[in-house]
Amino acid sequence: MHRSTLMSRLFARIDSRGRIFLGLLAAGIVLMPILNLVVPPGSPLHVPTWLVSLMGKYLCYAILAIALDLVWGYCGILSLGHGAFFALGGYAMGMYLMRQIGTRGVYGHPVLPDFMVFLNWKELPWFWYGFDMFPFALAMVVLVPGLLAFAFGWLAFRSRVTGVYLSIITQAMTYALLLAFFRNDMGFGGNNGLTDFKDLLGFSIQSNGMRVTLLVVTMLALALTYLVARFIVTSKAGKVLLAVRDAESRTRFLGFRVEHYKLFVFTISAMMAGLAGALYVPQVGIINPSEFQPGNSIEVVIWVAVGGRGTLVGAAVGAILVNLAKTLFTTGALAPYWLFALGALFLLTTLFLPKGVIGTLEEWRNRKREKAALAANTVPAE
Amino acid sequence: MSAKVTDYLLYLDGVCVAFDGFKAINSLNLTIRPGEMRAIIGPNGAGKTTMMDIITGKTKPDVGDVLFDGSVDLTELDEAAIANLGIGRKFQKPTVFDMHTVEDNLRLALKMDRRVRRTLFWKTSSGEEEKLTKILATIRLTDLRETLAGGLSHGQKQWLEIGMLLAQDPKLLLVDEPVAGMTDAETEATAELLKEIAKDHSVIVVEHDMAFVRALDCRVTVLHEGSVLAEGALDSVSADQRVIEVYLGR
Repeated sequence: MHRSTLMSRLFARIDSRGRIFLGLLAAGIVLMPILNLVVPPGSPLHVPTWLVSLMGKYLCYAILAIALDLVWGYCGILSLGHGAFFALGGYAMGMYLMRQIGTRGVYGHPVLPDFMVFLNWKELPWFWYGFDMFPFALAMVVLVPGLLAFAFGWLAFRSRVTGVYLSIITQAMTYALLLAFFRNDMGFGGNNGLTDFKDLLGFSIQSNGMRVTLLVVTMLALALTYLVARFIVTSKAGKVLLAVRDAESRTRFLGFRVEHYKLFVFTISAMMAGLAGALYVPQVGIINPSEFQPGNSIEVVIWVAVGGRGTLVGAAVGAILVNLAKTLFTTGALAPYWLFALGALFLLTTLFLPKGVIGTLEEWRNRKREKAALAANTVPAE
Repeated sequence: MSAKVTDYLLYLDGVCVAFDGFKAINSLNLTIRPGEMRAIIGPNGAGKTTMMDIITGKTKPDVGDVLFDGSVDLTELDEAAIANLGIGRKFQKPTVFDMHTVEDNLRLALKMDRRVRRTLFWKTSSGEEEKLTKILATIRLTDLRETLAGGLSHGQKQWLEIGMLLAQDPKLLLVDEPVAGMTDAETEATAELLKEIAKDHSVIVVEHDMAFVRALDCRVTVLHEGSVLAEGALDSVSADQRVIEVYLGR
């Protein structure tokens, strides 16, 4: 009974938008395995495996977008370094997948991944220990980004670095990691990163079953991320976050430790980003330092802005829409112009849809409702 | 906590602050007794806002003692710690949380455990509701409790901010120009409200509006160039030759 009240309390905190979003995810979780595995390939209803992986990739981006919306949309922290947390989660998963290769590498070494044999390394570096165990790797997926965010945030928020200065140092953080991971002697495969994965938990990563399982897990993770974020923003702590966003010093003079709130939400958000990265890597089959590129983190901001800042669902929708546009654009004759299109999209959104797609839809709906209420009020008066 | 060294609620002694060589506060001495209401007046640049910044922990003094409740050294604490000790502040420009409702603004201000792990799993108590209803009635915003604070008029925002101070239930209220931009009727009502509040709180009011200060009917301190120029009843300080000179800018 205790559990059911807890569930109903959580459910009461989800708005209609969130219910539609969760409903769609639930439908996807049920339908996708059927449409891919049961429906025969000839049928028009069949979902091909390449599409399954593509959707999985988009939904990983949606998790990342919700993570960013939590800090940017609700607490005003414009992080331009969330790509780094995403990549770190990805590397943690990549390290597990590398250890799963075992003797099937090109050099057939029982312990060392190929790139280490190639670099003439004799033994596994200490920070690779434990990554042959899945639970350990899974813990690292959230702990490593979480710890980095905690250390970074502790220094930055305590010194009251805010606004554009904070954005710039988050860019510097991801750029520094990009340079570090490029180096061969860092022990993460340098320029090439980690790839040629074979198995995940003993199952072939290329198989249809694994692909669709990864999509289902990603949808579950997206739903979980959304629920956690929604729980935070609808709590009293969420109201404090909004207060920090709109009037930071006022919040401080009320007696709230603003830096603690920022640190909390920044760390949680980084852990969500790490989870997204970990789900992304087995679905795209590679993780390399280019994921740390400063531009990647900026792109996430565009997704959130397009979808609607401070709406959570909007962030996910924005991530899917922009990446769908990117896929369509970059596979056709328009490919060289994608970055221009992306820039234009950001400009047009900020100029004409400052609340993003979802935020604007909501505004329309509210206006319609107000008009209806007004009409209902004036009619009997006549 | 160390033993009380003074009976004053607030005790400033020999406080100096300089910004780039400019002495904003120059050996300022000021004492407030528990339950006292005090009006601070002074021309622009007299150091009124800087004084508030020092008391609330935003600015650290270069030298001097700032003691609260007879024993707490405020110069060693930050804004949040000072606020939780029981010093509330209303800013010159009304600052409320525009994107929160009137009700939520007050809820955030209510005296409570303000740590993340508490607010994350917060459950509203009936005592909270009671206090909220009372404050809403006091600041005359009961009908607007569901309205976003950003949609309030200037005067209503000032009142909401005073309401937030009440919700904090501080021992000492610092109120910076509460009637700036208010109509005469609103000013009068605000004076009544502050006098009501002063019955069970200590209040420091910084104000330019002489009619308002007169309506408060309390002891007045005149600041000039960062130190106290005169102190006493409004009639006696406004008769003071030095005060007249400062205000007329001779």
